[in-house]
Amino acid sequence: MSMIEFKDVEKYYGDFHALKNVNLEIDAGETVVLIGPSGSGKSTLIRTVNGLEEIQQGQLLVDGFDLHDPKTDMNKIRKNVGMVFQHFNLYNNKSAIENIMLAPRLVLKRDEAENKRIAMELLEKVGLADKAANMPSELSGGQKQRIAIARSLAMKPKALLFDEPTSALDPEMIGDVLDVMRDIAADSSMTMLVVTHEMSFAKAVADRVIFMADGQILEDSSTDSFFKNPSEPRAQKFLSQVANH
Amino acid sequence: MGLLQNYFSTFLQGFGYTLLSSVVALVGSMLLGTLFAIMQVLPTRWMQIVGNIYVQIFRNIPLLIITLFLYLAVAKVVKMNGFTAGTIALTLYTSAFIAETVRAGILSVDSGQMEGARANGLKFGQAMRYIVLPQAFRVALPSLGNQFINLVKNSSILAFVGGLDLMYQGNMVAANSFDTFTAYIIVGIFYLVLTLPLSYYMQYLEQHLKAKA
Ligand SMILES: Nc1ncnc2c1ncn2[C@@H]1O[C@H](COP(=O)(O)OP(=O)(O)OP(=O)(O)O)[C@@H](O)[C@H]1O
Ligand SMILES: [Mg+2]
Repeated sequence: MSMIEFKDVEKYYGDFHALKNVNLEIDAGETVVLIGPSGSGKSTLIRTVNGLEEIQQGQLLVDGFDLHDPKTDMNKIRKNVGMVFQHFNLYNNKSAIENIMLAPRLVLKRDEAENKRIAMELLEKVGLADKAANMPSELSGGQKQRIAIARSLAMKPKALLFDEPTSALDPEMIGDVLDVMRDIAADSSMTMLVVTHEMSFAKAVADRVIFMADGQILEDSSTDSFFKNPSEPRAQKFLSQVANH
Repeated sequence: MGLLQNYFSTFLQGFGYTLLSSVVALVGSMLLGTLFAIMQVLPTRWMQIVGNIYVQIFRNIPLLIITLFLYLAVAKVVKMNGFTAGTIALTLYTSAFIAETVRAGILSVDSGQMEGARANGLKFGQAMRYIVLPQAFRVALPSLGNQFINLVKNSSILAFVGGLDLMYQGNMVAANSFDTFTAYIIVGIFYLVLTLPLSYYMQYLEQHLKAKA
């Protein structure tokens, strides 16, 4: 069953055509990596999936809901679709554990003891149980991002979106975050859509790779075939560029 | 200081009314100001416009004019005394400044905070209440402190409409005793009794929150 489905989707920022005739289907449980040059529309695409950006034309089905239908309750979708941002977007006025517990408390009305237990479990999972009481300003970038991932997981989502989760991190922090993401991908029921420049991560974890340029999907193939023989010249050029640094 | 002894209960009554008016106006203007600040940052265009018109009207008319308008015109329709008219005027006037302060505070909070909260499943109102506003108030605190102190001082507007406040009683004492100078010195000291602790409390809050952040 498909978890995310784009059908002839068009997205404009004013006059600027940001997504051009996007067709894409992601099955439940799949891990898909989205790559492409800067400005190609990766963030735009991923942000339409949880309604942070509206589409102007076409159909976008997420977990069975049509996002282009004004009657769709966006909050229902966001309950089931988590997002991890490049700049973490942790709640600056809340401690690490409160960051994790807030949405389950307010949105899911999860019982407080249960909420705390789950939050502690997630902190263990991301290796930060000792930082539960710390404020975001007291955490390193890598720690912030792992808390942000735990915050998303606390909602027990069906799908997770990652928009360049390691791009703002110092190189030595990247590994810890990717390890956590690898763990999540290993859970066969979780659908993941990941924008990243970490090609080794893509090779190791992705079922499929999508290559975008100028608002269009130019290539959509299995990870193996994408890295062995990309059919698009622009994808070939992109790969050689990211391989060079 | 014989004057203070002779008229102590008069001054005290004035002090009481000034305190009451200030507290009511402070709470009222915080609520109204925050409401109109939020209206101005909502995505709905007409709400922004309504919020902006409100702010522009009340912050660009002298407080005295608003007070007289309520006391002389509105009071003909809805019965109210000088104290009520003055306190409502003070609330409306101050709320416009607080709306601007809080709005600036909201805009200073990184948009990633709202986005993170919405993506996390929170409704707009929940994100505002639990994430954005607490950070906005922290930024706005020094400026809010100024507004509160101005509010206490501006409550002397009540004297113009027989509001029985400190200034009003001071005028009475000055006229009755012919010791104008001492009367107003005493009034000034009573205002300090309100504004100084308020100043220090706001400073303390600022420092306290800075230490926590
Ligand atoms: N809010 C916006 N308003 C107008 N134009 C925008 C907006 N957001 C993005 N764009 C434009 O849309 C295009 C795609 O942007 P997007 O952020 O999706 O690219 P990206 O592939 O994520 O790039 P990067 O790798 O640099 O993050 C760019 O040309 C960008 O300038
Ligand atoms: Mg991007």
